[in-house]
Amino acid sequence: MSSASTTTPADSGARDQTFKLWRGEKGTGEFQDFTAHVTDGMVVLDAVHQIQAEQANDLACRWNCKAGKCGSCSAEINGKPRLMCMTRLDQLPADQPVTVEPMRAFPHVKDLVTDVSWNFEVKKRIAKFNPRKPDAPDGTWRMQQLDADRVQEFRKCIECFLCQDVCHVLRDHHKHPEFIGPRFFTYSAALEMHPLDESDRVPALKNDFGLGYCNITKCCTDVCPEHIHITDNAIIPLKERVVDEFYDPVGKLVKIFSRKRGA
Amino acid sequence: MTHAQLPIQRRFGETLRRDAWWLPPLTVLAAFSAFLIYGTWSALTSGGYTFGPYFSPFHAPELWGPTEHAWFGPQPAWWPSFLFFPALLVLPFPGLFRFSCYYYRGAYYKGFWADPPACAVGEPRTTYRGERPFPNWLQNLHRYTMYVAVAFIGLLAIDAWKAFWFLDNGVENFGIGVGSLVMTANVTVTAAYTFGCHSLRHVIGGFKDRLSGQPVRAACYAGCSKLNERHGLYAKTSMGTMIFTDIYIRLCASGVITDWRIF
Repeated sequence: MSSASTTTPADSGARDQTFKLWRGEKGTGEFQDFTAHVTDGMVVLDAVHQIQAEQANDLACRWNCKAGKCGSCSAEINGKPRLMCMTRLDQLPADQPVTVEPMRAFPHVKDLVTDVSWNFEVKKRIAKFNPRKPDAPDGTWRMQQLDADRVQEFRKCIECFLCQDVCHVLRDHHKHPEFIGPRFFTYSAALEMHPLDESDRVPALKNDFGLGYCNITKCCTDVCPEHIHITDNAIIPLKERVVDEFYDPVGKLVKIFSRKRGA
Repeated sequence: MTHAQLPIQRRFGETLRRDAWWLPPLTVLAAFSAFLIYGTWSALTSGGYTFGPYFSPFHAPELWGPTEHAWFGPQPAWWPSFLFFPALLVLPFPGLFRFSCYYYRGAYYKGFWADPPACAVGEPRTTYRGERPFPNWLQNLHRYTMYVAVAFIGLLAIDAWKAFWFLDNGVENFGIGVGSLVMTANVTVTAAYTFGCHSLRHVIGGFKDRLSGQPVRAACYAGCSKLNERHGLYAKTSMGTMIFTDIYIRLCASGVITDWRIF
């Protein structure tokens, strides 16, 4: 009781915590144990920085905003893909070591850093925004909020690539050349469902980008730090658009018929 | 770009996750198996699935049969008794709807096929083809099963309505029994599951990029999306309510319990 009354907020939960950090370069390496003095308010990135400053100056770790908005500090903490800056230590078991390893879906560079440049190459392959002719003579468009709502959810993405990391098609089966991953299905959905856009990305999604590889495990949705409903609102609606174009002859006939009647 | 540095695939079940990751897939395996086995057993039984105005959802609609619920009367003379399982003629339709449902697919790929067993957990196989090859691409026909499933909701609703009409001394009176409420609860939950279907959500409005100017379509899409948020929960609950309704009716029919007439 007396010790509680003398504890300041900064000291609450103060303890020595063991961390197992992955050390090594280009795919080789091992877990190395460190002990850091931590408190409840700290996040994993705080502890990694403390270790970097006091015990391992050459520890490679990518980070930037420390506010869950830049998507730089993605890693696997206790086996789960998470942002280091958004994982509070008081959410992890205090009696066990905290393991931190780099993302497994991308080539390893050093320690906790991976090379995520493949993602930027993938993005270049997706047809860009292609708006219809402007609605007004001054070259502007008119759009209802109702129509923008659906794609605005996808704009929250911070490109942390945790969804790519957890997706077993990339992580375990390494289908990088033929599967663009949940991040870029979300990106494609944002363009494909945009009320102004006129391009058709559906054939490419089916034939070149491997949409059919997704077996809806929802792991991407589970790890998204922005809580984007990747599977329900992006991937499955895209799968349904593929069905429209390739697997639903009856629906296609109905649409052609109703278009002719409306014309 | 080469991916030679990607980590070696983990062995089956290998992970650094500390939580009980094996529990959800194991629960899915047990629950889905129980539903499949119980539903098949119920469909193969020739009696006990009706009690007064109550009728088991596993047998609805009864095309031929000994009860007053049968659409086309009793068993035809040409149909051998040892092959007379009329429920097996109708059960495949809602069964295929659930089998090809996006929620169930995600769940049973994990629970039954370990593809993956859980997010960020090693898989048993190194090869993976997703939903691209035959017969897996047949999952794309989910919307056709959805059309039938929507019709089945109408049939279950009619059965639930009939469950409020009791034959008292040869006169049909409105009343409320516990079974009436059980059947109503079952059709309500099953309807919440069916009307939250991803394919229905798509054909009702998801296929369009603009819903403004179409208030009825927009309202239906919004309602469907709302139910879709808890699609998995309704899917699981409706399995439970179906089994519970069937068991309740069977217990009443066999005299083990007495149906309490509230009104």
